[in-house]
Amino acid sequence: MSGEIIKINHLSKTFGKNVVLRDIDFSVSTGDVTCIIGASGSGKSTLLRCLNLLETPTTGEILYHGEDIAAAHTNAAAYRAKVGMVFQSFNLFSNMTVLQNCIIGQTKVLKKNKEEAKKRALAFLDKVGMAPYINAKPRQLSGGQKQRVAIARALAMEPELLLFDEPTSALDPQMVGEVLDVMKQLAGEGLTMIIVTHEMAFARDVSNHVVYMADGVIEEAGDPKQIFSNPQNPKTQEFLKRFMRG
Amino acid sequence: MPQDFWGRIVYILQERGPAYLDGAKNTMVIALISTFIGCIIGFAVGIVQTIPVSKKDNIFKRALLWVVRLILNIYVEVFRGTPMMVQAMFIFFGSSAVFNINMSMWFAAFFIVSINTGAYMAETVRGGILSIDPGQTEGAKAIGMTHVQTMLYVILPQALRNIMPQIGNNLIINIKDTCVLSVIGIVEMFYAAKSVAGALYTYFESFTIAMVIYFILTFACSRLLRLWEKKMDGSDNYDLATTDTLAHTSGLYSYTAKKEEDE
Repeated sequence: MSGEIIKINHLSKTFGKNVVLRDIDFSVSTGDVTCIIGASGSGKSTLLRCLNLLETPTTGEILYHGEDIAAAHTNAAAYRAKVGMVFQSFNLFSNMTVLQNCIIGQTKVLKKNKEEAKKRALAFLDKVGMAPYINAKPRQLSGGQKQRVAIARALAMEPELLLFDEPTSALDPQMVGEVLDVMKQLAGEGLTMIIVTHEMAFARDVSNHVVYMADGVIEEAGDPKQIFSNPQNPKTQEFLKRFMRG
Repeated sequence: MPQDFWGRIVYILQERGPAYLDGAKNTMVIALISTFIGCIIGFAVGIVQTIPVSKKDNIFKRALLWVVRLILNIYVEVFRGTPMMVQAMFIFFGSSAVFNINMSMWFAAFFIVSINTGAYMAETVRGGILSIDPGQTEGAKAIGMTHVQTMLYVILPQALRNIMPQIGNNLIINIKDTCVLSVIGIVEMFYAAKSVAGALYTYFESFTIAMVIYFILTFACSRLLRLWEKKMDGSDNYDLATTDTLAHTSGLYSYTAKKEEDE
């Protein structure tokens, strides 16, 4: 099972006069783990949000299995059910318990029955190590725990592609590890992921494709080993030098 | 008729107690039902006011929404901006004089109080919806929920919790303000107290009793709503769903595997 899931052609996004993304070309195939790195404000998150239609691209097309989902007639909800997203700020539903958070999408969107949804939710919560906490409300959990539940909620929808928007940026250093471990495990299992991250070691070790962005443009993309050990673009060199030294 | 204050109070209660009870009952029936209907109106209006419009939507949907919102805005502004007593006279007597509609007194009472509450609640609900972190909407959208599902399962339950104090406010205001309905002949608390005062010529005593009853009604409602709020919040702690006793702090263990089978 391989093949292109998403292909972006000439994508641009402007907020008023502010150009955030300029002529982005990009594609993801099944099994790819793509990390998008770059300084804050370089458009990484906006690109990811465009992929999930949380932002509407100004121009360009996003082809999902060859079909342009950026076009006006697209059913955004049906598309989003297949492309999951994990946020920097978790965005767990605060009126529901951990278990309900993982069930609601399955029963209301995928129309699964309650028993099956519960079983699957428990399986995914177990996978991220949150099974004992099914009765807790999000406000009772730590940041790392919330993010692991958010990952389980996204996984429970069995997405074809999972987007991570700086999943560890809001976490304390000791919680970063527990979330990255879960993501590492998912990558090992062959889940297709696009990850916006500032964790350079994680990007180098886990991904098989790295994209470096600056000022709304993809400056360099390719194999992580090559990008981290021998970047070609001067901007990439400059950016990575700061991290490697630190 | 006894000569001292307390004696007269007891006398009035003995003689006219049932009239007071009847008035209190009517007051509560109108206040409770109208607050409930008002909340439903408020939710409906508040939801329409917060439907997101994007430039992608077709022109008909946007035009329709614009017209509906204009009408709802006029409704909210007019009913918030005029006294309920005047509205009661205007609607009850005006409808029969001008439009030849003969409303029953009771229908008019429910209608007037509900529609008034609805006008206030519309703004309250709108505020409640806006108070919810946009991240909640994004989280719901990201797992493929439609706008209606997002509202129904994620946003409104949280908005409802946030506006509970305001709903309580409205209920208490309604309990007190039903007294203006006496102008269209509804026999509620105020009407009952006024009748007793006029018949026995005991203004101070009659209205003392009315004051006490009004206060008991509003105070009881405010406390009950507070309890309900607490219940909505759920418990402050949770059971770990594991039978591994080492995972528990000593003495706090309450989860049993059997419990899960029961569910």
